[in-house]
Amino acid sequence: MTTWMLRRLIQAAFVMLVMTVIVFIGVNVIGDPVEILISPEADQAERARAVAALGLDKPLWEQYWRFLSGAVQGDLGRSFVFNEPALKLIAQRMPATLELAITAVLLSVILGIPLGLYAGLRPNSIGGKAIMGASILGFSLPTFWVGLMLIMVFAVQLGWLPSTGRGPTRELFGVQWSFLTWDGLRHMAMPALNLALGNIALVLRLTRAGVRENLPMDYVKFARAKGISPNRVVFVHVLKNILIPIVTVVGLEIGGLIAFAVVTESVFAWPGMGKLIIDSINVLDRPVIVAYLMMIVLLFVVINLIVDLLYTVLDPRVRLETKE
Amino acid sequence: MSATSHDAAPMPPKQETPFRRFVSEYSESPVAVASFVLVVLIFSIALLAPFISPQNPYDLAQLDIMDGRQPPGSKSLEGLTFWLGTDDQGRDMLSGIMYGLRISLGVGAGSAVIACFVGTALGLIAAFAGGKTDTGIMRLVDLQLSFPAILVALMILAFLGKGVMNVMLALVIVEWARFARTARSAALVEARREYMEAAQCLALPKWRLVFRHMLPNCMPPIIVIFTILVARSITLEATLSFLGLGVPITEPSLGLLIANGYQYMLSGKYWISFYPGIALLVTIMAINLVGDQMRDVLNPRLKR
Repeated sequence: MTTWMLRRLIQAAFVMLVMTVIVFIGVNVIGDPVEILISPEADQAERARAVAALGLDKPLWEQYWRFLSGAVQGDLGRSFVFNEPALKLIAQRMPATLELAITAVLLSVILGIPLGLYAGLRPNSIGGKAIMGASILGFSLPTFWVGLMLIMVFAVQLGWLPSTGRGPTRELFGVQWSFLTWDGLRHMAMPALNLALGNIALVLRLTRAGVRENLPMDYVKFARAKGISPNRVVFVHVLKNILIPIVTVVGLEIGGLIAFAVVTESVFAWPGMGKLIIDSINVLDRPVIVAYLMMIVLLFVVINLIVDLLYTVLDPRVRLETKE
Repeated sequence: MSATSHDAAPMPPKQETPFRRFVSEYSESPVAVASFVLVVLIFSIALLAPFISPQNPYDLAQLDIMDGRQPPGSKSLEGLTFWLGTDDQGRDMLSGIMYGLRISLGVGAGSAVIACFVGTALGLIAAFAGGKTDTGIMRLVDLQLSFPAILVALMILAFLGKGVMNVMLALVIVEWARFARTARSAALVEARREYMEAAQCLALPKWRLVFRHMLPNCMPPIIVIFTILVARSITLEATLSFLGLGVPITEPSLGLLIANGYQYMLSGKYWISFYPGIALLVTIMAINLVGDQMRDVLNPRLKR
């Protein structure tokens, strides 16, 4: 187990290293940093000086080494636009994105499981069929368009919810959060629902499939024969068994939600990392782009690592396979 | 079935050709048939857009800024009816959508086709070569699939900048891995079959073994993945274009049309974003429903 964990850690570090190479090549070889970093009015001497200052006259591997050692020390350059360390900018925006993603996860569980239970217990009822039909919509609807439609209906036509922005925030543990104020929650309702939509459908389908699979099983028959109330059979016995796959999938999807927040944040002008990266790409603020990519890659490597470790803890079959 | 079935059978004809069986099983669901008709219709609209659209939305001589932001059903100064309204440039939305479909479908389906070729070839090679080649290719697939598609596409477009070709490249890079994985797993099953042993005994060249004998038998799962990925790449392209990273303003896809209408949404002029969205939605739903039915029909585990 320890050797396996060690090997998995080295693997994660290797992935991280490969990604730094890809990002470095992408930014410095495909794009020409001189064009972007030096103002077009600069004359030859100024150019040469700037190139030397940035180390762009050095061989490529040496440039990469500088980039890598900077990255390890948490220095990924300064934003051209904000003139602040890129990493600090990302860190400032991160709570907004995390808050949105976590709310979306909660929403997908709170809405997905009851709907899935209903559809699984009454598969042939009109309600059950309607839920399943709607879940297909949840998968196929393009997120950004649903966001626009939500704004159109709830902000423009009905005027119930604010259309964009984050609203007032309140400090907790030194970080500003929206969910601590009522108006902040109102601002969060639509973006969180929008982001959660695909996952609600996913959780709903998993729950339904789990219920359909578990109901004919012997343990359910036995529990019924023992005279346990139908509610207890479903909510205690069956639910416990179907929660394992749901928890795994929801855990895996957190990374996807953070990545997909790019879209939702752009639609609702939510000031998170996703909106920052889109704005940065549009104005070619390279240090911020690099910093975002490195941060998100790190996030994913860590999430994948945790999920893999949890698998082995939860599922003995995986543990046995790796021993072979 | 006699010689008459030769036109419908890409595979060796039996008493009942696989293609005919596929068609008859597919047609059991009316929804699936309707979706198929819809997909054909949408592709025809996209192909024929220059001939059937009320105006050429990118011919500036035909546009009048005075017709800008007219609601659906209003008439232009020259008597043309704008059934779906106009955008801020006075463009007929219906024509805009027809032309937008061309870009959306072209980019989406085109990149899926290229990804299908690349991914399938690499998947078959991985399965057939085994050893280090197999490990190398599959490690790459695993690495890529551990990151969400939107992130990979975002990264590539951040390096390359926008443009139709760049978007297609990004979509191909995002999608080839799924084809490779599907093709490899199908090929590993097929490689153990007797006909492959027989073909090997004939000392046929390796490429012929893989691409003439094995590939046709690996097609069903690849076709299913293909339909699903066409729908997915259309969505992804629309999303990227909406974010301003996709196609340029000179070649607007449905996603870009929706983005253009975004700023007018808040003032209640919903149609500029709404109708391109509906067109996008119907296209994706129809392709997905076709893919669903194909999966059910082609899945050997569900064989009746």
